[in-house]
Amino acid sequence: MSLRKPPLRDVHAGLGATFTEFGGWDMPVEFDSIKTEHAAVREEAGIFDVSHMGEIEVAGPDAEELMQRLTTNDVTNLGPGDSHYSMITDEDGTIIDDTVVYRLSEHVNAEFLFVPNAGHDEEAYDRWTGYRDEWDLDAEVKNVTENFAMFAVQGPDAPDLVAEAADEQVTDLSKFEGKFVAFAGEECWTARTGYTGEDGFEIIPPAEYAETVWNLFDCQPCGLGARDTLRMEHGFLLSGQDFDPDENPRNPYEAGVGWTVKLDTEFVGRDALEQVSEEGPDEEFVGIKLVDRGVPRHGYEVTDPDGETIGEVTSGTMSPTLDEPIALGYVPTEYAEAGTKVRVVVRGQSKKAKIANVRFLSDDR
Amino acid sequence: MSFQVPDDRKYLESHEWADADGDNVRVGITDFAQDELGDVVFVELPGEGDAVEQGEEFGVVESIKAVSDLYSPVSGTVTAVNDALEDQPELVNDDPFGDGWMLEVELDGDGGRDELLSADEYSEQIE
Repeated sequence: MSLRKPPLRDVHAGLGATFTEFGGWDMPVEFDSIKTEHAAVREEAGIFDVSHMGEIEVAGPDAEELMQRLTTNDVTNLGPGDSHYSMITDEDGTIIDDTVVYRLSEHVNAEFLFVPNAGHDEEAYDRWTGYRDEWDLDAEVKNVTENFAMFAVQGPDAPDLVAEAADEQVTDLSKFEGKFVAFAGEECWTARTGYTGEDGFEIIPPAEYAETVWNLFDCQPCGLGARDTLRMEHGFLLSGQDFDPDENPRNPYEAGVGWTVKLDTEFVGRDALEQVSEEGPDEEFVGIKLVDRGVPRHGYEVTDPDGETIGEVTSGTMSPTLDEPIALGYVPTEYAEAGTKVRVVVRGQSKKAKIANVRFLSDDR
Repeated sequence: MSFQVPDDRKYLESHEWADADGDNVRVGITDFAQDELGDVVFVELPGEGDAVEQGEEFGVVESIKAVSDLYSPVSGTVTAVNDALEDQPELVNDDPFGDGWMLEVELDGDGGRDELLSADEYSEQIE
């Protein structure tokens, strides 16, 4: 199977980027160095090509009902131009994917746009059209992933950069708000969202204008490597890694995103999740900081101080901001309190570690 | 992209170098290797007095994106370890053939150095 390519693959190669396969896409992983790119986003601004993210449009009289019944959050709370983070769950309440759902501000193409993760667009399209037909709803679902690029401009200087690049005002958008904004004359859905923990915008230009829009930004180009370290420092979940319906099935309460579940709405997985909500999850998604030297990575075992296995690292790295080894993973709730002593087995060596706030940058413990 | 491949070193296929002369030789990883790894954040090395053997693992280098075993280009006994890498692992990126050195090894005989690649041979390998 050949890899899917973002519209600007060759432009990035020309900038000296190195590439990696991610979710079936050939994506830039590093332009300069992960540390340089990471620091640029924390201190100034950086631009990411995240065209591997899916785009699914949902239109028609029953668009709202279809969205409501296939995502955990309450889309009736979204006014035009609003968006929220939400989960796509199966009948058992297991997270299939996480997504941002936008209610578009003008009914140009569709009422809703949602953004599944890389490689999940076809599965989402099949799910939406399958349930639409089963429930006999009047809604049009389009997988427009290949029609659009997606850029994230992130960092404290991002609002200034985006304001300068846009033909019209953008800084009136508050967090999680979006609208169509012209860049070099081309209308692009633009929202104040991101995956770095910094202020910033995500811009979805039609593929044919991707290069024009990219070139409006004079800031550090960043790859998926820095995107990963930035999101880990904020404890943001990575689909397929921090949860995976096959390899690491998790419900939203375990994964620390129970706040996206609105049990007073009807959706696939609701009844199972109501039960979890009443009983409480057995395990929790936590931050882990290594006390000993070493770098925790996906799949490494987490044990109690006696060496008894209690969990597994789902994501880990050397935090560029803290210059400390950090990890994310699930442990039984009795171990989940910040400060609890645990161990992480790094290449056969048991390293001292402690549970930390999953938002690593907001807590020094 | 072109990488430094100094003539006064000899090379192992797995991208480690050793000084070309002397009985007590320095060992490290190449410019090509540090570029492939990206930001080095942790280096795990043996202690002084430990034996290393040509082609065998002697430690681990971790970058943000990858973990990689280190293979000794020569056989002998470790006489010094670059302690600076403990606090400044980025020296491996900044100066792989200089301040980013890893070990000093007293060779066991010629330590197998004759079997290593010359600078020209190694350059061909990474082209």
